[in-house]
Amino acid sequence: MCGIVGLLVKTPALRERLGELLVPMMIGMTERGPDSAGLAIFTDTLGVGHKYSLYSGGTEAFNWGGVAEDLYKHLRAEGRCEGHGNHAVLTCALAPDVIRQWLKEHYPMLHVLSCGRAIDLYKDIGTPTEVCDRYGFAGLKGTHAIGHTRMATESAVTPDRAHPFTAGEDFCLVHNGSLSNPNGLRRKLEPQGIHFDTDNDTEAACRFLEWRMREGDTLDAAIKKGFDELDGFYTFLIGTGDQMALVRDPFACKPAIVAETDDYVAIASEFRSLAHLPGVKNAHIYEPAPEEIYVWKI
Amino acid sequence: MENLTFDLAERSLRDLNQFLHKEANGKGIKQVTVNNPDGAHNIAVGLNEAISVNVHGHAGYYAAGMLKSGTVTIFGNAGTGVAENMMSGKVHVKGFASVSAGASAHGGLLVIDGDASLRCGISLKGADIVVGGSVGSFSGFMAQAGRMVICGNTGDALGDSLYEAVIYVRGNIKSLGADAQLEPMKDSDYQEVGELLDKAGLPHDPKDFKRVASARKLYHWNADANQEY
Repeated sequence: MCGIVGLLVKTPALRERLGELLVPMMIGMTERGPDSAGLAIFTDTLGVGHKYSLYSGGTEAFNWGGVAEDLYKHLRAEGRCEGHGNHAVLTCALAPDVIRQWLKEHYPMLHVLSCGRAIDLYKDIGTPTEVCDRYGFAGLKGTHAIGHTRMATESAVTPDRAHPFTAGEDFCLVHNGSLSNPNGLRRKLEPQGIHFDTDNDTEAACRFLEWRMREGDTLDAAIKKGFDELDGFYTFLIGTGDQMALVRDPFACKPAIVAETDDYVAIASEFRSLAHLPGVKNAHIYEPAPEEIYVWKI
Repeated sequence: MENLTFDLAERSLRDLNQFLHKEANGKGIKQVTVNNPDGAHNIAVGLNEAISVNVHGHAGYYAAGMLKSGTVTIFGNAGTGVAENMMSGKVHVKGFASVSAGASAHGGLLVIDGDASLRCGISLKGADIVVGGSVGSFSGFMAQAGRMVICGNTGDALGDSLYEAVIYVRGNIKSLGADAQLEPMKDSDYQEVGELLDKAGLPHDPKDFKRVASARKLYHWNADANQEY
């Protein structure tokens, strides 16, 4: 079991309240996933450069200001690094592969949780309530967000194995279920130069779909290839800079429910995570069909 | 006092279920209204009193599971396993029902006005299920006894490994499961479908329905079949 939640707001005014609406959705999924939680939130797109969600591990506050100073010292590049505790968002105009390489060399203890022009990502171990409080999810603003509460079934309980997983830029995936061929996918992707951070099955699905999109597939086409290549049980919720997609395997063993109003599209593993949303009693509520692709644009 | 309202926004589900099990009968309650169910699991499970429970909103997993007597009506959608292992009585879902509705139900009547998701009536053991809409794949899988009336369409593998349960379908059957076959409707079939539609309050003509039942080829091991069924 795991819990997945997603919220895409159609009404611009609701962007201010995205985090506030999402937190009860995540807490509603506590019984489905009490060991770790995470959230990817998509904000206004940066005009220049990329932003990186960084995680230092542990609970100690990290000297994030030093990262921006070192970046300037070593690469003569202006960067901004806004940190809170063990998490920070670094913004810089240099190319992502340059930044990733520089971080690897100078800050090998830091994990790059996400990279893109719109995505911010937080994930850690703890109950959904603890993680939401630790990172102040209720105050986050944005166009759409994807959250996950994890009950680990196949890889260890560590922050980097919490969901969402990311690959490439502005791409993330959360998963409820289990895949039976993650190692086969790894053997297929690693010769393409794709590096894996963990042994988690979900990471394989995330990297496979992002790889397909990088090869030129649309999100829809990538997911269709996923039906052939990804074996196992899954409900996937996928976020890109301007889209949110929901898909279930052909057996639909893992639950999902959608509530749609003029103001938002909300998705959760179970209705109890949607019950608090404004106007949900009059929402169009439905269960996604197996092997159907549902995509919403901001 | 014959009617009572439980607001699950203010009282716990455990309060409700304990009341239904231990107190409702002694207090002469005939009807319980449940407000703000908000997807809670296990609403009115194991109900064993001749009372009506009306749930206004969406129910979570296993609502009215193991129902022994009484009527549970859900004015909304139902989550996984509504009326699973029901023994008798009636469960009526006004919206759609998620997967495994009526799983292994032994008796009673489950009516779903909307669609039912996958595995509706899986391992049915004697209850009647009437679905106003369509059902998902693997419905009626290994159903042993009882009847299913499906007014809409079905997904894949309808009635896979069916035993003695009978499925009546008004719409299109995407595919039949192993050992399930279409059979001609007899007068007794029309009568049974008519009675079940009446009980469910659905206006369809029994003449529009097809009968799906077991070919009984899986009942005995056939060494010559070479795993080809």
